[in-house]
Amino acid sequence: MGSIAVVDYSMGNLRSVAKALEHVAPDARIVVTSDAGEIAQADRVVFPGVGAMPECMRELEVRGLRQVLVEAAQSKPFLGICLGMQALFEFSEEGNVAGLGVLPGKVRLFPLEAMHDTQGQRLKVPHIGWNEVHQAVPHPLWNGIANGARFYFVHSYYVEAGNPELVAAFTHYPFAFACAVARNNIFAVQFHPEKSQAAGLKLLANFAAWNGRAS
Amino acid sequence: MGLAKRIIPCLDVTDGRVVKGVNFVALRDAGDPVEIARRYDEQGADELTFLDITASSDNRGLILHIIEEVAAQVFIPLTVGGGVRAVDDVRRLLNAGADKVGINTAAVINPQLVADASSRFGSQCIVVAIDAKQVSVAGEPLRWNVFTHGGRRDTGLDAVEWAKNMERMGAGEILLTSMDRDGTKIGFNLELTRAVADAVGIPVIASGGVGNLDHLVDGVHKGHADAVLAASIFHYGEYSVEQAKRYMAQHGIEVRL
Repeated sequence: MGSIAVVDYSMGNLRSVAKALEHVAPDARIVVTSDAGEIAQADRVVFPGVGAMPECMRELEVRGLRQVLVEAAQSKPFLGICLGMQALFEFSEEGNVAGLGVLPGKVRLFPLEAMHDTQGQRLKVPHIGWNEVHQAVPHPLWNGIANGARFYFVHSYYVEAGNPELVAAFTHYPFAFACAVARNNIFAVQFHPEKSQAAGLKLLANFAAWNGRAS
Repeated sequence: MGLAKRIIPCLDVTDGRVVKGVNFVALRDAGDPVEIARRYDEQGADELTFLDITASSDNRGLILHIIEEVAAQVFIPLTVGGGVRAVDDVRRLLNAGADKVGINTAAVINPQLVADASSRFGSQCIVVAIDAKQVSVAGEPLRWNVFTHGGRRDTGLDAVEWAKNMERMGAGEILLTSMDRDGTKIGFNLELTRAVADAVGIPVIASGGVGNLDHLVDGVHKGHADAVLAASIFHYGEYSVEQAKRYMAQHGIEVRL
């Protein structure tokens, strides 16, 4: 099963991600690391993160992790989670900063004027809680996960993919946004699989066994 | 179908044990926190909240071990509050495995803490806990003040205004406890809940007073809460979390089943 590097750049709850991976992949070597060499050597990379985008990009810069992440995202099974998904894109409205630019598209704030449901009830931001994930494409990471299964979300910004073919799943809040994207060896999710009980653990187990091919 | 309303069992922890009191006094032992957390996870809890009510500073560190242990076994969001006074306390709890940290008294003493913690760790992990008590008298429009120190000290702050202020400071969520109702089992203070939930753009968790499943339904329908929190109805086996969710679903509330 090899090694899985969980990228540590001091943005949030890495322990949860590592614990969940240890739980689903007891034979894998899970390393929580901010060392570029270790990330480069790992068989798989998980890029997690919660917090604010400007801080995230600054921390990556300070630790000299930009290059190794871009390379990993081009070469081996790579899972972005939450902020780790958003950072893969070109630009974020949160602090108006550039991301890693691995994927085309930008990260936008939920527009306050649109945040009400069909009954006119106000929808709160951050989008916190369990929402349905509608799979847009078949993918090895969806194996054994029901289409429409609920995952745990907590975010105020969402990805607007520059290419509709990137979208692997969408969620309604109140409009459809890309809650998962996929391209070649990259899979990235806005929700938190490490906090999404059975469905989330299944997705992480699928990642730990994934060969990095989209089909 | 969209975002589900959340059902959140709350574990008050002191000296390493889960306890539950009435109006913040008369504590009764309810068991081992790790065991209870696992049980609620199996029953389908959407999230768990731990409130550290340990009085002595000697045993303050215990909560970190408990959270570490729970986080290694339970893969749903964990919120931890109680005794959080500085950005470093927030960091320690997050590192132990908490996903969100509740700030209560310290936010009143130093509102800047909410701004500092949310800009460092993100709004999404900063929950401001508000303990509110009705202060208006009969005949007056309803008014609630923020209380601290376990409900003993009136801050003079209006609860609705305070919630709006905390939203501006960067809180990602409000945990709203009615001190008049806590432990009474007569239901949420729905007027208070609705007043706060309608006043802010961030999610509001209703807390204090749940005695039966209709109270949970009312919290959402009449209180406009985004999530409902309860302790004793779950701790002593009156209802399981799953029963609560099925009941809410039967009453037209979207839940995760």
